[in-house]
Parts: sequence; C-alpha cells; structure tokens
Amino acid sequence: MTDERNYWLDKPENVSTLYRGLWALGAVLVLLDLAVHRHEESAFAELFGFFGLYGFVACVALVLTAKLLRRGVMRPEDYYGDR
Amino acid sequence: MIAEFPAGFVLIGAGLAAPLVPRALRGALAIAAPLVAFALLLSIDSGDRLEVEAFGFVLQLVRADRLSLAFGYVFVIATVLYAIFAWEARDGFEQPAALVYAGSALCAVFAGDLLTLFVFWEISAVASALVVWARGTKRAFGAGMRYMVVQLVSGMLLAAGAAIRYAETGSLAFEFVGLGTPGGALILAAFGIKCAFPLLHNWLQDAYPESTPTGTVALSAFTTKLGIYALARGFAGTEVLIWIGTAMTAFPIFYAVIENDLRRVLAYSVNNQLGFMVVGIGLGTDLALNGAVAHAFADILFKLLLFMSMGAVLLRAGTVNGTDLGGLYKSMPWTAGFCMVGAASISAFPLFSAFVTKSMIMVSAAEQGYMWEWLVLLFASAGVFHHAGIKIPFFAFFAHDSGIRCKEAPPHMLIAMGLAAALCIGIGVFPDPLYSILPRPVEYLPYTASHVLSQLQLLVFSALAFSWLMRTGIYPPEMRSVNLDFDWTYRHLGVRLGAGAAEAIAALNAAAAAALAGAAQAAGALARRHHGAEGLLARTWTTGGMALWVAILLAAYLIVYYA
Repeated sequence: MTDERNYWLDKPENVSTLYRGLWALGAVLVLLDLAVHRHEESAFAELFGFFGLYGFVACVALVLTAKLLRRGVMRPEDYYGDR
Repeated sequence: MIAEFPAGFVLIGAGLAAPLVPRALRGALAIAAPLVAFALLLSIDSGDRLEVEAFGFVLQLVRADRLSLAFGYVFVIATVLYAIFAWEARDGFEQPAALVYAGSALCAVFAGDLLTLFVFWEISAVASALVVWARGTKRAFGAGMRYMVVQLVSGMLLAAGAAIRYAETGSLAFEFVGLGTPGGALILAAFGIKCAFPLLHNWLQDAYPESTPTGTVALSAFTTKLGIYALARGFAGTEVLIWIGTAMTAFPIFYAVIENDLRRVLAYSVNNQLGFMVVGIGLGTDLALNGAVAHAFADILFKLLLFMSMGAVLLRAGTVNGTDLGGLYKSMPWTAGFCMVGAASISAFPLFSAFVTKSMIMVSAAEQGYMWEWLVLLFASAGVFHHAGIKIPFFAFFAHDSGIRCKEAPPHMLIAMGLAAALCIGIGVFPDPLYSILPRPVEYLPYTASHVLSQLQLLVFSALAFSWLMRTGIYPPEMRSVNLDFDWTYRHLGVRLGAGAAEAIAALNAAAAAALAGAAQAAGALARRHHGAEGLLARTWTTGGMALWVAILLAAYLIVYYA
C-alpha cells in the first residue's frame, strides 16, 4: 500500500514523549506516598516507594534471568522434529 | 425436577446433535444451548440435588451449592462467548466437540460423588483432545495425543483414589478429601495434573498453541478451571498447596519472557494465574477461598479475551510469532483495543477484573504471615504485567512495523471480544455482583487508597522497566526457537531412552539369534560329520568287515556264556 496513513506512533519523537510521560507518572505515584499513608501487613511494604522499586527491580531481574535461561534451554525450532 | 435437570446435558446434547442439524442453524444452536443451560442454572438453588441409581450406587448427578454454582455460571458464559467467537467454525468437528467438552466440564462441576465426577472428567478429556485435533496438522495430532494421554492418566489416578476411598470408607461422596485420608494423595495428583502443577504442567503449553484460532479459546476456559474447582472442594486449607502455588506463579514467567509463539506465552501465563488460585485454596481462609473462586471466574473471562485476540491475529495475519508480527494496530485497531483490555485485566489494573479478585489472595497470604510467599506473589504480579500485559499487545500490535496489512477480525469475533471485554471491565468497576455469588460470606473492599496506589506503583514501574530495557537494547529479542521445558523428559529423553532400549533389545536379539544360529550350525556340522555322506556312521561298510564284527560279537558271547 503506497497511500499509507501516517500514525502518531510512527514518529520516534512521539514515542520518546510517551516514555518520558511514563517516568513522570511514576514519579508522581511515588511522591503520592508522602500524601497517602498506605496500610500494609508488614512494615517494609509501607516504606517510601516500596512498590515502585520492587516492580522495577523485579522486572529487570526477570528479564536478565530469562536471558540467562535462554542459554540453557534454547534449541532450534525443529528440535522435536515435527515442524 | 425440571429445575434440577443437569445443565451440562443441554450442552452435551447440543454438541451431539450439531452434526445432524442443517449448517445454517448450527451456529445458532451453539449459542442457544448455553443460554438454555444458563437459564437452568438460574432456576436452581444452593442445596438442590438430583440423585439416580446406577451400577448399584446412588449417584448424585446434581449437587448445587455456592461453589459449584459460581463455576457453573462462568462455564456457561464462557460457552456462549466461545460459540459467538467460533460462529464460522461450523463445518468441522471442533464446535460439536467443544460443546460436549463444555457440557461435561459443567456436569463435572455439579457432580456430587467421585464416580460421577470421574465419568465427566474422562468425557471432557476425550472431547477436548478432539478440539486439539481439529486443527488437522501433524503437530496438532502429536500434541493432542500427548494431551490426551496426560488427561487420561489424571482420570486413572482419580479412579484409583476413589476406589481406595470407597473400599476404606464405603462412601463415594465428593466432599473435603484432604491429604491424610485414604486415596487422598492419588486424588490430589489427579487434580494436580488438571491444575498444571509444576512438572505436571507441560500438556498445557504443548497443546493449547497447536489448536485452531477458535479451539484454544474453548480449551483455555474449562480444563484447568475444573481442576481448580475440584481442588477447592477437596483440598481447601492444605498447606503444601501454598508452596506449590507460589512456585507456579513464578517459574512459568521466565519462559513466557523468552517464548516466541504468543499463544504459548499466554499458556505460560495460564499457569502463572492458576498459581494464585492454588495459593488461595492452600491458605483456605474465607477470604482466600473466595479470592481463588473469584479469580478463577475473572481469569476465565480475561484469558478467553486474550486467546480470542491472538486467535483473530492468527486468522488474519497467519501467524502469532513475535518475530513475524508488529504494527498490527494499524490493520486491526479493534482487536488491539480488546487485547489491551484483556492485558489490563490480567495485570490487575484498577477498574479491571483481576484487581478486585487476585488481591483477596494476596491480602490473605500477608495476613496469615506468609511474607516470603507474598513477596514471590508480588514478583509474579509484576511479571504477569510484563509478559502478558505488555509483551502480548506490544509484539503483536506495536513494536516495529512488520509490514503486515490484513483485514480487521470478522464481526462475530469482534462481538465476542467486545462482550468479554465488557465483562472484564464490568467486574473491575462493579465487583459486588461477583462477590455476592462467592462461596463464603466475607466483607472485602478492593478500592482503598492504599491498594490503588501500591498496585499502580507496581505496574507503572514494571512498565518503566520494560521500556527502559527495550530502549537500551538489553531486552532479549524474540527468536524462532523451541525452549526446553519439563516435557523434554518425555518428548526427547523418554524417546531417546525408548529408542536406546529398543536398540539394546535389538542388539540382544541379534546376539541371541547369532548364538542360536552358531549353535545350530555347530550341531549341523556335528551331525554332518557323523551322519553326512562322508560321515563315520553313514559309510557303507564292507561285507568282510561285517563278517569280522559278527565273528567278534559271537566270540564275545561265547566267552561271556562259558565264563
């Protein structure tokens, strides 16, 4: 198709705007910890920004571990000989 | 009597009749049958029973209580949504098989005794294997065969456990079982296979992605949730389930991150979500058990929606491999939107379904002092957003533009996805109707400032981690590959061992044959030496020689006689 529409997300600078907006949203949510006293079952979960930090670290750890896992378990697509 | 008629029979009957009905009416029949079943369910109350006598037993075909009714409602809703989504799949045997499958799962949920449960357990296993085979490919056949073997093993374990139970207690009633009672361990193993416990899970990732675009939708709804239902009835409060469930939430997500087939990614996330329910059942408190049932209810709907969106992509784009997709939001904006509703629901965003269901399990785990387990569940909650909430819509609909330009999903699929999406949001925004049908009486308020804020922090920073890893290039690219999981033991090691054993047997066989042949040859040679043409015993003797031998014998005779 030659008469392709231009989409907002096609422009890299718009994606960057989105990315920066997400960081801003994250900052606001963490700062809200100062205004809202969260009630949790354990004291450590009530620490400032606990859930934000945990979520970020958890996901980075998840991806890095999965990358390592690939070294052990990745095989060619026809490994089981049925493709 | 009419009221207690087993609603599952309506679906099984419709499935069996479907091939005989004119093609034009088949789709309507598939939609009407679950609606009739739903009406039947609405007319029965907790406490209703239907008993029949068969095989010398009193069998309880219907035992309605709040637990079975909650699963019953969501099973018929799932069947309606499947029937709309699979409107065009009227020609093959998939749709009839799916109706029989749904109906038998529904009957199993209402079974009041272990024998009835076993019968419908097995019918649903066979019917669902037919749904897998409906794809018609060699891979689907193999996966369906492995799937059926695993499901039938589950049935055998259930039958063995029930038999031991009957011999020891004289009762077949399906109530609380527990690990310490006769046959309890066998029955737990049977349920564990259906719930895809760790190491018993691979049938799920194996079979679901090999089915048709519509068939996987049906498969995702019933088998594993039947397992969860049975576990909730038989093993609530069994502590070991807390650890089994915690492991289930965590380990599949590593595989989900590196898997290329997006329907297989979803299959891993089925595993992860089941883990939360298993934890809830293991905790066994009123809140946790309600959480497990509510989460099963919500999960059926958002998993249906996610598999529908990937089914629509497979239908239109011809593939669901992350490596081949990207940029599809331009061609399939509605499907992309519905997929993101499913993604937000499974990720437990506020105003979406899992936010009001999964949190009951999390809160209960923390309240009971299972802090390490709670931390793992929190890790898995971030992880599910990462691999199902972001990865699925991102690689299918956004990422780099693959250049694929296709048609939007057909209207009937969009209607089914729209209804499922509406239910996911409806439960998230108005949780009270769902709470009112849960088995235990409990007060729970999901929308507190604490809960909303902590969940949003968790999710937004998970999204930031994903974006950061993407933009820095650390995120592992999608790759065409097979990732070895526990099924390697029976798909490769077992096959190798089998082949090795066969080779060893063949070698032994050859050696034995050679030895036998050698012995036979030696015996032959011996015989030839003595009896052959030139053999000692075959020579023609001379007359003189004969006379001499006769003379010697006579002489010997005379000597012996006179001696």
